[in-house]
Amino acid sequence: MTEPSATLRHPLLQTDAIAARMKKRYAAEKRFRLLCMLAIAAAVLFLILLFGDILRKGYTAFLQTEVRFDDLYFDPTLLDPLGTGSEESLRAGEYVALWRQPIKAQFQPEGRQARRQLYGLVSGGAEFELRDRVLADPSLVGQQMSVWLPASDDVDMLLKGHISRDLPEDERTVTDQQIAWIDQLASEGRIVRRFNTRFFTSGDSRDPEMAGILGAVIGSGLTLMVTLVLSFPIGVAAAIYLEELAPKNRWTDLIEVNINNLAAVPSIVFGLLGLAVFLNFFGLPRSAPLVGGMVLSLMTLPTIIIAARTAIKAVPPSIREAAYGLGASRLQVIQHHVLPLALPGILTGTIIGMAQALGETAPLLMIGMVAFIADLPSGPFDPATVLPVQIFLWSDIPERAFVERTSAAILVLLGFLISMNAFAVWLRRRTERRW
Amino acid sequence: MKILLLLVALLAFSVVAHRLGRSRALAGASSVRDLHSLPGYYGLYAALWCALPALLLVLCWISLEPAVVERMTIEALPEESRELDDARLGLLVNDIKNLASGNIVSREVDPALQAAADHYSRLRRTAFMALVSIVALLACGGFFWAFRRISPRLAAIHRVERVVRGLLMLGSAIAILTTVGIVLSLLFESIRFFQRVPMSEFLFGLEWSPQTALRADQVGASGAFGAIPLLTGTLLVSALAMSVAAPVGLLSAIYMAEYASDRARKVLKPVLEILAGVPTVVYGFFAALTVAPAIRRFGESMGLDVASESALAAGAVMGVMIIPFVSSLSDDVITAVPRGLREASYGLGATQNETIRRVVFPAALPGIVGGLLLAVSRAIGETMIVVMAAGLAANLTINPLEAVTTVTVQIVTLLVGDQEFESAKTLSAFALGLLLFIVTLVLNVIALRVVRKYREQYD
Repeated sequence: MTEPSATLRHPLLQTDAIAARMKKRYAAEKRFRLLCMLAIAAAVLFLILLFGDILRKGYTAFLQTEVRFDDLYFDPTLLDPLGTGSEESLRAGEYVALWRQPIKAQFQPEGRQARRQLYGLVSGGAEFELRDRVLADPSLVGQQMSVWLPASDDVDMLLKGHISRDLPEDERTVTDQQIAWIDQLASEGRIVRRFNTRFFTSGDSRDPEMAGILGAVIGSGLTLMVTLVLSFPIGVAAAIYLEELAPKNRWTDLIEVNINNLAAVPSIVFGLLGLAVFLNFFGLPRSAPLVGGMVLSLMTLPTIIIAARTAIKAVPPSIREAAYGLGASRLQVIQHHVLPLALPGILTGTIIGMAQALGETAPLLMIGMVAFIADLPSGPFDPATVLPVQIFLWSDIPERAFVERTSAAILVLLGFLISMNAFAVWLRRRTERRW
Repeated sequence: MKILLLLVALLAFSVVAHRLGRSRALAGASSVRDLHSLPGYYGLYAALWCALPALLLVLCWISLEPAVVERMTIEALPEESRELDDARLGLLVNDIKNLASGNIVSREVDPALQAAADHYSRLRRTAFMALVSIVALLACGGFFWAFRRISPRLAAIHRVERVVRGLLMLGSAIAILTTVGIVLSLLFESIRFFQRVPMSEFLFGLEWSPQTALRADQVGASGAFGAIPLLTGTLLVSALAMSVAAPVGLLSAIYMAEYASDRARKVLKPVLEILAGVPTVVYGFFAALTVAPAIRRFGESMGLDVASESALAAGAVMGVMIIPFVSSLSDDVITAVPRGLREASYGLGATQNETIRRVVFPAALPGIVGGLLLAVSRAIGETMIVVMAAGLAANLTINPLEAVTTVTVQIVTLLVGDQEFESAKTLSAFALGLLLFIVTLVLNVIALRVVRKYREQYD
């Protein structure tokens, strides 16, 4: 940008008033440009803030504090009360005592309250973990080995610094006595943060240290599968019909307006539809991925139809005409030429639609996918929950440790979404074709 | 599950039908040239005849069977149970079903209930056996009918294409069916709601506390169903959201369309798209756990009294969520303004900023307004952010620092968890849903019309 006086060559025009006005106009130009840049910067800043905040809150959840029990003796009298070694007998074993006895022997707590505090250092889920391990390998009974057990969420939070040691004792969930024990264990090298495999291999739990996302991930997978199976063929069929076969009349106009409107209907309304029609009218099971998938497929249909129509429209007419010229029928032209050429575009749109469906929460709340489900779902008829709903459920729990897990679950969800979108972009770049 | 097996069997049978049909056509002709259509079409013809009628029957069965079996179970109940009112009968039927499928039952299992449950499972088994036999009959019948008609002169391709065309049309009709389904389901339940609560109270009432008493003589037996506090809450949050999204989104769009270099555009556009791809539950989490406390702390340091679930937190975060929506729609509209208009303006000595404000912006205004309307409709229908960050108290206020509740929040709270049968409380959620649907539909129709009309102007 040159100086205003330099751009105005004619001497008669070089009055101060004009120069001043030009200066003002250029200043306004600069201001406006800056404002626009600020707007973009604000949006980008927010994005960084959002991701940074969730990353900061969530990354610690990938490590879990565990306590090592050295030379833990898998006492047959405790674990095999019937003495038969059968599964029934092993199930009835006293696994709590297994880890409580050695720790009690070490620290000698006095009184019931002290004992309870000491036992509170280790997760309530430890006994089930020991039981599962013994059930999977009964030969462990009678052996002696060192075992890592998950620490309770309070210990975990203390060691990760989310519970401050400086607080007065009655304002934190960990007592001074417990901190002393923890420090002693830590100095013996028996309390260590290890990679949190439970988070990826177990279902929901009331204990934060035992809670995992696998159940929700499987639920999401099943739901998306149903969504894909329903919405992809229907969406492509609708797009083909509207783009290639439909006559231009009121009926097709109505369908078009409908599809555009459906794309903008609030998602929760689809949930109400699912509740009233699929659950109450047809009596399909509540909380099932089948119903969730059906609702989500109605929701993603407009996205897929619109994307597929754009892709089909982009196939040049000359290709169709060449095929007609060789005697192909209308459907043969579509099947052999139009669809294969439009397929990458259709797939891109479908992946984006699936990513939308994966992140959707509200309609699934309506059809009961919010229940607490600890078991892993094994089919589309089983009660299940999905990843975003799991995030919603955990975000409501006041325990500090669940904030961390929620953030970590968000990170996993974002990971899935970003890879799906990246794949769609890659597919589009790779198959982009100019006619 | 059993249905799936049946469908797989049907599929297998139609594959066999395809092969048989194809070979019959080939066997009838001395060479492939004598056939009217390609051999595969004869196979398809047989397979379609085999599978389609049977499939149709299965669909009808799935949609009708539960209701019919339930009716028959009720009719077989003892006299005194049949005369219960609808709600109790519903509970009883639920228990019968639970008992039959081995779930937990909410009452003492007496012989009558056990008998009813046995009767119910017997009926279901019989119904399924009937279905299997009729499907088998239909599939075989369809196949033989088609098989007998297959000859080299049969114009199989035309027949197959007619069916396929019908199927494609059915696919596009799903969109209409969905809309009809939404309207009907919302309307039916809403009508039942308005039979209990007058429409005038719902639309103009100033108090919302959807409690219905279990007994008629309880205190506060009638809940208050005035939707005005919810509507003001929804409007307040949406207005806050738009006051963030409209300026930021619009200015970003202008920057990207007018100022940014190609390279900057290539980076910035996907960044904004990421913002659009973040699930709303994530925004809700961020609003509830990070933004709301921050606003509260800030407010306290200024000496203001801020609720821990303020409308401001929900609105601001929702605004950010809508930014990419506004910016991408406006970007499209702004780039659609013809070059000539801009160049004419530059030619008259206007600066870029003056051109944008006096020429491009007015020319793009209708499209931008349409885009903003769509954004408003999205803000009104947004659920998760407000559920997690806006609160439940139905305050009639326009103070953004107080907690408000919205239509969508109430729908979620009314329908999540234990629901009462047929109570005004549960039904009111559908009335709210209908309200939401109508408002957003009107906004969408206007917006889409404006955008479309505008697009045609410069084409």
